[in-house]
Amino acid sequence: MNNKLFDIAWEGFEGRIWKLEINTRDFIQKNYRPYDGDESFLEGPTEATQKLWGVVQDLQKQERAKGGVLDMETKVVSGLTSYGAAYISDDSSLEKVVGIQTDKPLKRAFMPFGGIKMAEQACETYGYTPDPELHKIFNEYVTTHNQGVFDSYTPEMKMVRHNKIITGLPDTYGRGRIVGDYRRVALYGIDYLIEQKKNDFANCGDGTMTEEIIRLREEIAKQIKALNGMKDMAKLYGFDISGPAKNAKEAVQWLYFGYLAAIKTQNGAAMSVGRVSTFLDIYIQRDLDKGILTEKEAQELIDHFVMKCRIVKFARIPSYNQLFSGDPVWATLEVAGIGCDGRSMVTKNDFRFLHTLENMGPSPEPNLTVLYSSALPEKFKKYASRISINTSSVQYENDDVMKPVWGDDYSICCCVSATQTGKEMQFFGARANLAKCLLYALNGGVDAKNRDQVAPPYRRITSEYLDYNEVIAAYEVMMDWLAGLYVNTLNLIHYMHDKYYYEAAEMALIDTDVRRTFATGIAGFSHVVDSLSAIKYARVKAIRDDAGICIDFKTEGDFPRYGNDDDRADDIAVWLLRTFLTKIKKHHTYRNSEPTTSILTITSNVVYGKATGNMPDGRRAGSPLAPGANPSYGAEQNGLLASLNSVAKLPYHWALDGISNTQTISPDALGHTEQERINNLVQVMDGYFDQGAHHLNVNVFGTEKLIDAMEHPEKEEYANFTIRVSGYAVKFIDLTREQQLDVIARTCHKTM
Amino acid sequence: MEKKDVTGHIHTLETFGLVDGPGVRFVIFLKGCRMRCKFCHNPDTWNGSGKEWTAADLFAHVRKYKSYWKNNGGITVSGGEPLLQMSFVTELFRLAKAEGIHTALDTAGEPFRTDAPYLAEFDKLMELTDLFLLDLKMMDPEGHKRLTGVENSNIIRMARYLSDHGRKMWIRHVLVPGVTDDEQDLRKIHSFIASLKTVERAEILPYHTLGIMKWKELGLDYPLDGVPTPTEEQVKKAENIMIGELFTKNQASRLS
Repeated sequence: MNNKLFDIAWEGFEGRIWKLEINTRDFIQKNYRPYDGDESFLEGPTEATQKLWGVVQDLQKQERAKGGVLDMETKVVSGLTSYGAAYISDDSSLEKVVGIQTDKPLKRAFMPFGGIKMAEQACETYGYTPDPELHKIFNEYVTTHNQGVFDSYTPEMKMVRHNKIITGLPDTYGRGRIVGDYRRVALYGIDYLIEQKKNDFANCGDGTMTEEIIRLREEIAKQIKALNGMKDMAKLYGFDISGPAKNAKEAVQWLYFGYLAAIKTQNGAAMSVGRVSTFLDIYIQRDLDKGILTEKEAQELIDHFVMKCRIVKFARIPSYNQLFSGDPVWATLEVAGIGCDGRSMVTKNDFRFLHTLENMGPSPEPNLTVLYSSALPEKFKKYASRISINTSSVQYENDDVMKPVWGDDYSICCCVSATQTGKEMQFFGARANLAKCLLYALNGGVDAKNRDQVAPPYRRITSEYLDYNEVIAAYEVMMDWLAGLYVNTLNLIHYMHDKYYYEAAEMALIDTDVRRTFATGIAGFSHVVDSLSAIKYARVKAIRDDAGICIDFKTEGDFPRYGNDDDRADDIAVWLLRTFLTKIKKHHTYRNSEPTTSILTITSNVVYGKATGNMPDGRRAGSPLAPGANPSYGAEQNGLLASLNSVAKLPYHWALDGISNTQTISPDALGHTEQERINNLVQVMDGYFDQGAHHLNVNVFGTEKLIDAMEHPEKEEYANFTIRVSGYAVKFIDLTREQQLDVIARTCHKTM
Repeated sequence: MEKKDVTGHIHTLETFGLVDGPGVRFVIFLKGCRMRCKFCHNPDTWNGSGKEWTAADLFAHVRKYKSYWKNNGGITVSGGEPLLQMSFVTELFRLAKAEGIHTALDTAGEPFRTDAPYLAEFDKLMELTDLFLLDLKMMDPEGHKRLTGVENSNIIRMARYLSDHGRKMWIRHVLVPGVTDDEQDLRKIHSFIASLKTVERAEILPYHTLGIMKWKELGLDYPLDGVPTPTEEQVKKAENIMIGELFTKNQASRLS
């Protein structure tokens, strides 16, 4: 280690442990300065910011005009140094933070390692023809992740996949959800990180070459290669990142290079940025104190960094777009939270990040996430609330429930899934459709849609009126089958992903001794709860066809529905979550990962709904499932807070991968004046999160606006009109009409 | 019957009321009203018995929302006409006040009487009510009767009574174009409000047509069919006349 270099870079920084080992958290805790003031210090956009953002907006407009894709690579395989330096604008001096994925902004890279078929299909969908040489290479000489998976699937796995009871699996796209600790690049520089990885390599195993050790040794070697590649990539832009960053500008740039390495080499479904705000504030504050940086320049750095996160793009296939609509990247980035020692972690930089939504208007990316606690500084809560009301671009996640599990340096690796930054990674597992599973339980494993015997032929339920205990018994057995198959399908997928599409750049910025979580998920949650409630509290008559397959239901009488703060229904919800997780946990999970589950569907609720038949709760076949942990459409009879209270009853520790809840509030219903609206929204969030709820997406607008945006997407005002959907934000006009109608149909809370 | 067993007839519960009293409100809509206001947006509360709750059960349910109120919210009882179920509301408010919860009563004041037995009961409720939201439809007695089916003398009396007893009030007026926007009447409301000592805020509530569906569902003819909602200018104008400079000192009106 070149000590002099570190002395300069770390001048004025406090602490000891983080200097002896890689320990970003310790560095943050010893050096950040909490801020409990208001937003009055913030600065508007600089001329450079306005010019650059103008260029980006213009490109986005062209992109939309071309049907959603501006340009695609057809010859070059994406890698760290596949392209030379490239910039947003011809005047590269405007950019305070540099580096883009390809040779042109918004041009989508060719990324075949997840699957050559998908890479080609993505090109062809938008009228591009990939180089035939690439086809040859990736079919004849290289095995891709997708190929590995489909070579190894069992017929049963293919069957459940086809019938969409397990769906959205990361077998045709990168699994994503791995957040490198990109801050390490700034704090330590690449050479020190390589040194540490070499040390890990030397200490990996005792010489006995088990499969596990061999794999790990190869992975560390790949990580070291990736670290060297990052240095080369930065060099193309004229930067030497072998040593630590010496000032704020370098810190932002170094950190971004770390992230850029990830998005040049992986096209995972979620490519999150992580918890970088408080970290960067330390560098900015040091420069402000020294008088070598002004607030205007500080904001400019953050604006430009955020602008880079806004233009991350990947080439996707149509089936992917149906699952995750609106071209999302989940460049999730966290602000706020409370430290383990009780100090607020809100810094001025948290204001700066939220302020980008004012300086450059609303935007779905980066997916700005406030780690919320009612104990956060009041002025910050009010500012965040104001930004929510004006832009609908912020989501809130409860730090009070996450901190005891993940500590105070976790990042959100997609929408609602926490991982300790630099210490953990997760195996993303899409969802099991528990609504469909209930129908399989009634029909002895036959899919009513196409009559396939998908599940084992367990005994059908034949009674005319459904008996709760009989249904539960059958459902438990069917869930047992589903959980086992689901876990094993994921085991296979993640084995192949590690083997053929390893995330070397991200894993290089995570401890070698990584903790892994195994993130399963639930779809159709509210419909199962309401259906079981109907069977228990009303009378549900099964309507069967000639073959004895149950195809519809007639429900007589009233029954409590999830979303009304009625324990009778909500207890079923809690039972369902716990039961499913318990069944998941019985099975071996790949690389001894820790099984978790989520109640999160993103926009895939529409696709899952299409494959799901009529339900006893009255939901019709084919109609969208309620998203995430949201109560079903029309179920809520007692207003927003009753709905929130129902969701808040789900214990977070049984769904450590997250419980997503999206709510839309009409501005008129939120209060008469802006100040009232801000205060009221803060109160709602305090009350909700104090009860232990996990997540809230807040949209503030009326349905009239949505309908107008759907009918007139060409209007300038809707170009960046952002709404929050089940765990992420999206430009409303980028959704399919079907999804737009789905969003409009969801309850918009207003009072009369 | 023990006090805690006194029951009320509930129309609906709204957990997220933000415009019926200060802050975040749990609004309880009661069944039953003797007025027949032509612009009523809750005609489904007029008749029927709704769901019966004991005050104690309802309060146990309501207090689950305490975490949303902090120092800026609480319970609002609305209707229907809550004064028609006075003993129930009194018991509910007694339980609420024992836990320091803010209570508001959204009433049109019609059932108010001045005989001693009535006042004995009313005073108990008054003691437990932090804020009265009083609807004033019209000052002209004849017009009031045409519009609502009843005279307004009890309503006026109640407002004075509350004022004389130092009870906080918000006065609210639904503005229906061509029906309740007569300038002269608005001026009379203005003078009346000015004569009261305890009005904290006065509000114009713009008439809306979201209640029409309910009339149709009940098989009733909607008497104001075709009447438009007021324009922003009409609302502004009415606010200027009815509220004017009433609250410029204490900053309590929405205009300030």
